[in-house]
Amino acid sequence: MKLLTCPINGTRPLSEFIFGGEYRQAPDQNTCSDAEWAAYVHNRQGAPGDKKEWWYHSPSGTWFIAERNTQTDKVARTYLLADAKKVVKESK
Amino acid sequence: MPFRLLKYALKKEHPAPRFFKAHEMPKKSYDVVIIGGGGHGLAAAYYLAKDHGISNVAVLEKGYIGGGNTGRNTAIVRSNYLTPEGVNFYDASVKIYEGLSEELDLNLFYSTRGHFTLAHTESAMRTMRWRAEVNKHVGVESRVVGPDEIAKACPQLDLSCSGQAPILGALFHAPGSIARHDGVAWGYARGADSYGAEIYQNTEVLSIDVKNGKVCGVQTNKGYIETKQVLSAVAGFTPRITEMVGLETPIVIHPLQACVTEPMKPWLDTILVSGSLHVYVSQSSRGELVMGSSLDPYEVHSTRSTLDFVEGLTSHMLDMFPFLSNVKVVRQWAGMADMTPDFAPIMGKTPIEGFYLDAGWGTWGFKATPISGKTMAQTIANDSAPDLIHTFRLSRFEDYELTGEKGAASVGH
Repeated sequence: MKLLTCPINGTRPLSEFIFGGEYRQAPDQNTCSDAEWAAYVHNRQGAPGDKKEWWYHSPSGTWFIAERNTQTDKVARTYLLADAKKVVKESK
Repeated sequence: MPFRLLKYALKKEHPAPRFFKAHEMPKKSYDVVIIGGGGHGLAAAYYLAKDHGISNVAVLEKGYIGGGNTGRNTAIVRSNYLTPEGVNFYDASVKIYEGLSEELDLNLFYSTRGHFTLAHTESAMRTMRWRAEVNKHVGVESRVVGPDEIAKACPQLDLSCSGQAPILGALFHAPGSIARHDGVAWGYARGADSYGAEIYQNTEVLSIDVKNGKVCGVQTNKGYIETKQVLSAVAGFTPRITEMVGLETPIVIHPLQACVTEPMKPWLDTILVSGSLHVYVSQSSRGELVMGSSLDPYEVHSTRSTLDFVEGLTSHMLDMFPFLSNVKVVRQWAGMADMTPDFAPIMGKTPIEGFYLDAGWGTWGFKATPISGKTMAQTIANDSAPDLIHTFRLSRFEDYELTGEKGAASVGH
């Protein structure tokens, strides 16, 4: 059984989690062009590599960030979005 | 054919004939370079030579031909889609498939079985009626049938699905077929080779040379090849290729798994699909049950398979066929499905001159092999995509003209 660590509830079976797609920054909708917005809506970084992703722990309703390699399927770490700045500081 | 056999009867040596020539190194330049030696790439090479007289073509395959998704799908061919564009496109493919063994002089074990998409809920019945009407309108033989007709075609099926999900009816699609999927790649390879196209296995494209928005060549592990036209037909590797030319697409990769049981005497004539139970199953000409399910739930670029998958799939299989409880699963595997948000492929030209895309084949690529080869060959030869694939163009996302094709795979909807 594959496992994933929820920042609130600890390590749980992967079947309790839902994949929420890549964590992405939306362009400013007031200033970006139509083409930029369409690209944001549809296009994805599909190539394999280390990615920041949204994951959802379904029983507890927790959305959080996982840093995962999409080729090896190894998760480097998971944290709440609110703690993202702290994580960046720690890794420096 | 009998004379050819007689010749071998009189000879003492019987060398196995090669399907295509093994060339040492690629030439310095080609008119067209096709990346990916699966069914789609090889079919494109075949039709480029046959229909358009373009035979100075190299097909570059990083592994062996037909070793990717061409050899990993569940080999189902059908055209009972939801949108008229989709139905027309896949119907054109089925029509080529029906005569393909003859054309390629290779027995593809193309076997028309009839295809039932089971409905367990009223909302599924509604979708079946919708698909049947669209199919009939376009001239494809599909109709909604009741449980009686399903029981007649497959008496072994437990219509109550262990009481969990009683079957209310089904969409019956008469032309639904299965074929020997690797044979399709081999047949097209031999055909393309006979017209002069060159096939290179173990040849990986490392980068694509683009100058002033135009393709000028590809760098491979066997040296640099000059070319003005490149077709990418690499299914699950598409994002790696489009990254080489700086092209953004909506494609994300999810594994799609499948498995087979040990061989049994023939008992399952039809192809059965259940969207709610996430199962599709047919019996191969070798007697194995070939089974597939829905996509793995998150993005992974690998072909590993999981116990979760086999447990989930077989438990649903037992809901449908309780008598299979002692049958063993002997093989399981996965392919990398290049998924698009609207369950339709991305085909045709791109903003880069000379770079053509045949991608986004997700879970619906095998059935489209002949028609995608034919239409991509047309696109390359004329530098313009035919009307049949206009709806699948990459720019549909920028234009917000997505296809709304959800009748694609064994997904519940």
